[in-house]
Amino acid sequence: MNPFRCSLALFALLASMPAFAQEGVDSLIDRIVTPLSDGLSAMIFWEIPLPGVEQGIPFIVAWLVVAALVFTFYFGFINLRAMKHAFRLVRGDYTPPDAAGEVTHFQALATALSGTVGLGNIAGVALAVSIGGPGATFWMVLAGLFSMSTKFVECTLGVKYRNEYADGTVSGGPMYYLSKGLAAEYPRLKVFGRVLAVIFAVFCIGGALGAGAMFQTNQAFSQLVNVTGGENSVLNGFGWLFGLVIAVLVGLVIIGGIKSIARVTEKVVPLMAVLYVSSGLLIIGMNVEQLPAAFAAIIHGAFDPEGIYGGFIGVLILGFRRAAFSNEAGVGSAAIAHSAVRTDKPVTEGLVALYEPFIDTVVVCTITALVIIITGSLAEGSNIEGVALTSRAFAEAFDWFPIVLLVAVLMFAFSTTISWSYYGLKSFTYLFGEGQSKEVVFKLIVLGAVVVGSSINLASVMNFADAMILAMALPNLIGVYLLAPVVKRELKVYWDDYKAGRLKTYR
Amino acid sequence: MSRFLVGIDGSDCGERALDIAREHARAAGAELLVCYVINWSPFTFSTPQENAERHRRREEELSVARTKLLEPRVKSLIDEGIRAEGVARHGHPARTLVQLAEEHDASMIVIGRAGDTPMKTRIFGGTAAALVQSAPCPVLVVP
Repeated sequence: MNPFRCSLALFALLASMPAFAQEGVDSLIDRIVTPLSDGLSAMIFWEIPLPGVEQGIPFIVAWLVVAALVFTFYFGFINLRAMKHAFRLVRGDYTPPDAAGEVTHFQALATALSGTVGLGNIAGVALAVSIGGPGATFWMVLAGLFSMSTKFVECTLGVKYRNEYADGTVSGGPMYYLSKGLAAEYPRLKVFGRVLAVIFAVFCIGGALGAGAMFQTNQAFSQLVNVTGGENSVLNGFGWLFGLVIAVLVGLVIIGGIKSIARVTEKVVPLMAVLYVSSGLLIIGMNVEQLPAAFAAIIHGAFDPEGIYGGFIGVLILGFRRAAFSNEAGVGSAAIAHSAVRTDKPVTEGLVALYEPFIDTVVVCTITALVIIITGSLAEGSNIEGVALTSRAFAEAFDWFPIVLLVAVLMFAFSTTISWSYYGLKSFTYLFGEGQSKEVVFKLIVLGAVVVGSSINLASVMNFADAMILAMALPNLIGVYLLAPVVKRELKVYWDDYKAGRLKTYR
Repeated sequence: MSRFLVGIDGSDCGERALDIAREHARAAGAELLVCYVINWSPFTFSTPQENAERHRRREEELSVARTKLLEPRVKSLIDEGIRAEGVARHGHPARTLVQLAEEHDASMIVIGRAGDTPMKTRIFGGTAAALVQSAPCPVLVVP
């Protein structure tokens, strides 16, 4: 047992070099990496001071929200006007029958969603509401609606500039549109595009290991400990064991190619999402007489929060921030997942991607917030937050719900880790070239990160992970701004065809 | 000339359906359309890795179905003097067979009932029942 653990720990240590700080050999690494990590964190979370408010707006939140607003206006409120058409695209109305067996719009959307729906929707919202009050929900939903436009642009670009290989596989995402797209549109920016693509790929690998593998298993384990008795849980201190189990399961899927585990997850994840949403709706339905009061609290809290958390601006920033963290619009991760769709019109996938922030932030987050507000869990105690608060709110109505939530959190963590390991892998192969052995090396690093993530509890590691994932938005959005005119041209052609009834429907 | 459609699935029950279809086609002087449907739904969930490889997998599935299942059977039918053609397609088995019957203007569908494993029994048994409900032409169900 011991040598086995040691070798694994050693391996895990290697995997998490950039973030792992202890005594010995790694203190050297730490000395090199910490300034980098701190510098990055400081820049990403640097707060732009605002007059009259204690807390400024974090740079990265402003960066994402400004992009969402710019794209919403630039594309003439595509987020609202294309909803109906996008729904018909997802339903397959425009998919020719001879494409049967290919990746459909629905499948690309579902895959991307399983990478984004997760702890952000359960824990993040609870965090926002417990700190900023009901009003934070309003700003979260508003930010979610605008960020749909960002997703539209980046996912269209992901499909347009993807690589289609001779063997029939596809690879897409920001790495490809930053390098190929910028080179094609702006020949003078060729080198700049490549630099952006490399920076993106580096951040994406960091995000995959940190926020994908480490953070997810860490949070899943802490919920497991919570449900089994908190401090007194028999599982307390066995994080490494939990990490090992998850690492073996993830390894069976991503290295072993064991389809059955992936298939079980694929069945259970949507089931959990549906169960979560319907339980939430049921609780709201059972307390429907309180709904007007809840909405009033949200609106009132949004515009006139009496002295809560930095007042109006504070609550607004909090809502925006949770939305950005939850739906990852602008981060570029979704563009990787969406690019596998089979279509000759990249715009269609962009339109389908509108539903990602809509489902993630507007629907799921709102339900979570309403349940927390309606059940009155918010007022009862101020010392719990995150998953625990959501768990208690749902338990007010259904006392068995914490168990369901545990399963949901485990499943979401598992599927998010698998999705992010793929995003990281694509970035890794973009940097180092494709190849069986290189891919296995990266996948082993991911597994190491899973074990480390559940064994340790270093806030700085988690901050670093968060910083990495959001840092992806820096190179990504610069490229997306520059390439937005391309999308505008494509959208015009497509939308004219649609309005003139020239698009062929098949049902 | 009339055209019969026969659904095969690589199981014994598909072979029994093919045998019966062959006899009917010979007796009626009809053309035989041998169909293999690869069970697939546009509304399933998959990992990003699977999606990236989906197009290649699809081509592989179709090519295996054509070379391993359809071509030998079509060849032996033609050798016997029956005009025959093979089709492989992804989709919901019953709905796809109905589509194929409509596209090729088939005058009869021949299908096996129950395969050799419990799983196949479920899938294929359900197909026969669904076909009886929705087919545009007579359906001959072979036990």
